Amino acid sequence: MNAHAPLQTRPIGPAPQTGCDIRQERGQRAVFCGLTGIVWLHRKIQDAFFLVVGSRTCAHLIQSAAGVMIFAEPRFATAILDERDLAGLVDANEELDRVVGRLIERRPDIRLLFLVGSCPSEVIKLDLSRAAQRLTRSFHPGVRVLSYSGSGIETTFTQGEDACLAALVPEMPRADETAAPSLLVVGALADVVEDQFARLFADLGIADVAFLPARRAGDLPVLGANTRYLLAQPFLAETARALEARGALRIAAPFPLGSEGTTSWLAAAAEAFGIDRETVARVTAPGRARAAIALDLYRERLSAKRMFFFPDSQLELPLARFLSREMGAELIEVGTPYLHRQHHAPELALLPAGTQVVEGQNLDAQMDRCRAAKPDLTICGLGLANPLEAEGLATKWSIELLFTPIQGYDQAGDLAELFARPLKRRARLEV
Amino acid sequence: MQLTLWTYEGPPHIGAMRVATAMRGLHYVLHAPQGDTYADLLFTMIERRDARPPVTYTTFQARDLGADTAAIFQDAVAEAYARFQPEAMIVGASCTAELIQDDPGGLARALDLPIPVIPLELPAYQKKENWGASETLYRLVRALAGGTPSPRDGRRPLCNILGPTALGFRHRDDLVEITKIVAALGIDVNLVAPLGATPADLGRLGAADFNIVLYPEIARAAGAHLQKIFGQPMIETVPIGVQATIRFVEEVAAAARVDPAPVLGGAPSRLPWYSRSVDSTYLTDKRVFIFGDATHALAAARIAATELGFKVVGLGTYTREFAREVRAEAALHGIEATITDDYLDVEAAIQAAGPELVLGTQMERHIAKRLGLPCAVISAPIHVQDFPARHSPQMGFEGANVLFDTWVHPLMMGLEEHLLGMFREDSEFHGAAAPSHLPRHGVDVVPPEAEAPSATMAPTDPILLTWASDAEKELKKIPFFVRGKARANTERFARDRALPLITVETLYDAKAHFGR
Repeated sequence: MNAHAPLQTRPIGPAPQTGCDIRQERGQRAVFCGLTGIVWLHRKIQDAFFLVVGSRTCAHLIQSAAGVMIFAEPRFATAILDERDLAGLVDANEELDRVVGRLIERRPDIRLLFLVGSCPSEVIKLDLSRAAQRLTRSFHPGVRVLSYSGSGIETTFTQGEDACLAALVPEMPRADETAAPSLLVVGALADVVEDQFARLFADLGIADVAFLPARRAGDLPVLGANTRYLLAQPFLAETARALEARGALRIAAPFPLGSEGTTSWLAAAAEAFGIDRETVARVTAPGRARAAIALDLYRERLSAKRMFFFPDSQLELPLARFLSREMGAELIEVGTPYLHRQHHAPELALLPAGTQVVEGQNLDAQMDRCRAAKPDLTICGLGLANPLEAEGLATKWSIELLFTPIQGYDQAGDLAELFARPLKRRARLEV
Repeated sequence: MQLTLWTYEGPPHIGAMRVATAMRGLHYVLHAPQGDTYADLLFTMIERRDARPPVTYTTFQARDLGADTAAIFQDAVAEAYARFQPEAMIVGASCTAELIQDDPGGLARALDLPIPVIPLELPAYQKKENWGASETLYRLVRALAGGTPSPRDGRRPLCNILGPTALGFRHRDDLVEITKIVAALGIDVNLVAPLGATPADLGRLGAADFNIVLYPEIARAAGAHLQKIFGQPMIETVPIGVQATIRFVEEVAAAARVDPAPVLGGAPSRLPWYSRSVDSTYLTDKRVFIFGDATHALAAARIAATELGFKVVGLGTYTREFAREVRAEAALHGIEATITDDYLDVEAAIQAAGPELVLGTQMERHIAKRLGLPCAVISAPIHVQDFPARHSPQMGFEGANVLFDTWVHPLMMGLEEHLLGMFREDSEFHGAAAPSHLPRHGVDVVPPEAEAPSATMAPTDPILLTWASDAEKELKKIPFFVRGKARANTERFARDRALPLITVETLYDAKAHFGR
């Protein structure tokens, strides 16, 4: 199992160095489990296959989350446990071997197979990491088999990506002790965004830049004591821990959302590589200028709008920071499923003093607060969006923020537009 | 363990949610891990419901495992009762909670709430969504059904309509049609369940004279139970298709001891005439492959064969509970039924059967798309476009009209197909030509003759063809739907013979040459 730090052991109350009011809440949660991460991860790692070991519920969830994608020869599937598997563990392992054998026979193009743990497989303590070792031996050298857990009991939505990338870290080749410092950008980004960032790093003069995950399973970047890593996504606690266990050092930065976030993110990397501020200013100037033009289009629509975030992906803090600082929005409440104090410190420092940050969820209580506050825009999951719309609240469904390219200068306008569109639509409709 | 890419049915607790969401005043507390709330969006997005389903999930996490989860469950039940004040509750476990073996029924009973709390046993590793819906409705009816039929002296007959749920394929509109038929027969509806019913409503199920089971997958068990305890006859004929609807009306009328004539008189459906009209001749023996839930697949097979004149070349279902009926129906068409929940098997069966039309679920829609076959959706699972805003029943006489349109539209209309066969090479009719109802250049349709230049030259054409004005005039006397072909043939004829000027003679020489 992935040992996520239990919430209740961490201090409650205002975090150091921030003026945010951080509160924790427990109760019913309306969030996705980590299995959902498969839906975008499988598109990023082009020769990997994700096999969930779980129940019909897991298969149904992925089907619902994947929407129409399920039909384009997807590289994910579910090995559905049935009664016979629950009867005894030995049997379940044999069954798993049989299913994997059949799968690899059918899909000879697969190079990397993830066995993805679910709630049922975790509860019956089916040891998928041992199964992965066993299967790696039997399919050597054609297919590498790894395991991670995307179960709801351990992971929330994007934490599935975290668990997946953390499973990749031990596989990364060891860098030479004497290697020159290299930069590792961590977190799945849309290919177009990744390419933009690669160009910007090259222009800054950072020669050795790699991305995790790589687009192909065989292209894992090297990792060593000279590796500095930069998180592109805010939900990568386990991956960061695994990288640091292998000697890599994190570059602290806000996340690259919006023009300001992108600049700070690039500048933090530049600083770590000893690149002067003038170079950063010069290299980022065209992007900043384009983002400024793009953001101007939406500022009027978003300025002074009161926003309420339900917890979903851990992107909530950087998004709230972008909306408040660059678009002039007001923040009523910023919910997040999990708050990594260190990784989010630069974001917390940029949020307006007094921002109400809520970690965890008690769904009904939070909905009551939302109704009472009557926000101009509520950012929430698809289970809540239509019901809140029906109650008269404008909503922005949050899962789109994971499937749409939103990072970097040239997506800043698109990001603002995602929030402006529901408001524009609401203003437009006369029926 | 079964390797699964696509599942036709969700787990059984989704079936329970469909019943709970259909009803009012009922709350479902589901012992389930964080993440299982994904099911909410089936209702709020696919069916576009404007309220959250009445379901409280315990959403336990890894740190809660152990003694804690039972307490979490009890708290959730107590809080849900306090907040929603339901008339009754159902409680149960999802697949993971089934493994941790808390006892939802016992735990809820210990709270001693002042309302009925009905425990559900839904074996998630054996059963599926439809079974879950059926079992939930049965448990609710068993626990709550009450009342007795009053003597018939003078009062109108009274029936219950059982089966419509949330997330049901066209349940909303089917119910409208059936209610209309029942009303026209002079029968009152005592109760519709589960759609729109409250737990208190279920307390007067016994007052009806008989039950109409609209969807046997969901309501047969409840109907059979009511038959046993109240002696209410059960009508199970599924009124999809003209003949099935007539049979249904006759059975309902017989059960109610009323005259079916007010409903059956005249021409209640347009399907029979549309199907007999000459344009439909081309439908004869169209090869059709049918797959879906048992109810819809069986109905579709009968309609296809006997009401539209198709040839059923494949029939199957993912509903194993009704495999026997589907096999028997397939035998009538001289084929073997495909009973499977693996879409790859269905795809193979479709390819083997070589149909010209596929009637199926959302999945078959995608298979058909991949194979380049026309397709219409007849059964769940379905996506958002099959919860349409417009009235769109499958049942009753209006349902038959809808079916005719829905199934025939993906095929080309008769005249269109005929013309395509005749003028396959013509510029107006070749396979890649845009549909005729789409105007060219985004303006009103101009007859092609009016805008066509009288001189045409292909880039590689060494000869500039010119139409003499009398030849052009002669061409316009030819009916428009063969004019294009005549023009093309004449130009080909002229080009082959290096004739730069097309005269009336050339036109008729060409006609003679090509023979038509």
